[in-house]
Amino acid sequence: MNSQQPSLAQGLLAGQRGALARAITWAENADRRFPQLLEDVYAAVGRSHRLGVTGPPGAGKSTLVNQLARHLRELERTVGILAVDPSSPFTGGALLGDRIRMEERTLDPGVFIRSMASRGSRGGLARATVDAFDVMDAFGFDQLIVETVGVGQAEYDVVGAADTVLVVLCPGAGDGVQAMKSGLLEVADVLCINKADLPGADRMVADLEEAVHIRTAGKGLWMPPVVSVSAGTDQGLDGLLEAIQSHRAWLEAEGRLQLSRQEQRLDQVQRVLREGFDHAIWEGRGLEGYARAMIKASRTPHGAAERILEQLKAALPSEWAQVQEETQP
Amino acid sequence: MNQRKIRVLIGKPGLDGHDRGAKTVASVLRDNGMEVIYTGLHKTPAMIAETALQEDVDVVGLSILSGAHMELFPRVREELHNRGLDHVLLVGGGIIPADDMAALESNGFTKLFGPGTHTEDIARFIQGEMEKRWAKEAADA
Repeated sequence: MNSQQPSLAQGLLAGQRGALARAITWAENADRRFPQLLEDVYAAVGRSHRLGVTGPPGAGKSTLVNQLARHLRELERTVGILAVDPSSPFTGGALLGDRIRMEERTLDPGVFIRSMASRGSRGGLARATVDAFDVMDAFGFDQLIVETVGVGQAEYDVVGAADTVLVVLCPGAGDGVQAMKSGLLEVADVLCINKADLPGADRMVADLEEAVHIRTAGKGLWMPPVVSVSAGTDQGLDGLLEAIQSHRAWLEAEGRLQLSRQEQRLDQVQRVLREGFDHAIWEGRGLEGYARAMIKASRTPHGAAERILEQLKAALPSEWAQVQEETQP
Repeated sequence: MNQRKIRVLIGKPGLDGHDRGAKTVASVLRDNGMEVIYTGLHKTPAMIAETALQEDVDVVGLSILSGAHMELFPRVREELHNRGLDHVLLVGGGIIPADDMAALESNGFTKLFGPGTHTEDIARFIQGEMEKRWAKEAADA
């Protein structure tokens, strides 16, 4: 089995699309060959710009991503796209339909599109989105784009996966106060009002600009531009690309990108650790017997959990406390 | 920790405007825990095969009601072959005469489903096939 790893990594680095597709499958399945594969290609990771596209269902995210890809191809930039759709919480199945609006890109050798089911993840992305981005990055795309599931007011995983977050809204989806309370505004690096040919678009742009101004003015923060487009008729796309590009330039100045990537890496490590830890303590029957014994010995479930946690902490190596002390900010 | 799912592409090749059957099958497979990619109408064999490659699917299911199955189905198979996708489980369905079904089933298609098929039977067939294939893969590894 181990002999397959170098060949998949080599195939991926040599530009074989089938190898990339399989690498993403390994990431999605938490296949035990994936960590070695990632290590084999990791020297090539870090060159792509990562764009996250998020917004409520029906805002036109897929159509917009398709148009963005088309314009990027005109500029001779290669594009890798992840399109995330929800998995059923009941059956685990999923119907992945975002490709329907990207079909013109199917046979373009400079574009690769992969549909991903969210598989139980509730933050708007799939568990393995960042892992998939990493292997796509190693493959060599100039631009990576992830389209989240349609989000409401509390799905922000995209922040940990993207350098630039594009929030797509459309007219008729609430007034400016909605936009102010919605955390979507806080994650946006660029705000896009799609379907700008519909009534109410101008008002919405003005409301959002005001909300952005209240939040960022005078604080030395990036002020997210508000761009109105109509993805269906391809209006305003140049302005949107410019806004994305200007955020990228801002990030790349003064080492901000590096800092943001470090946070993304920390997120990734935390996620893998959580999964590994969960797996390690519950695998087979794992801690279950001990947990049941602690429940009997405690007055409340919280008490039981606390006693188990104390045991686990006591088992941590002594260097841990030392490193923690040394790295205090 | 392995979280493998059966991934299925439902494709409609050629000039055929009827996709109620394809959508019904896609929904049933989803409700049986599979991840189903549906790409809409009027796809060329090359588009279907390229999508199968990018999506790394285990199964390609073709639906056709136009009568052009003897032309289009083998071409999809050829395009899959050109991309090194001979391992993909290939099935199909639609208005297809028995003789044609037999001919396709001896030419790379594992199973053809005609009118009157119970949708749950399609799901069970795919699950059964994939269980066999994955068991064999595990034994070979």
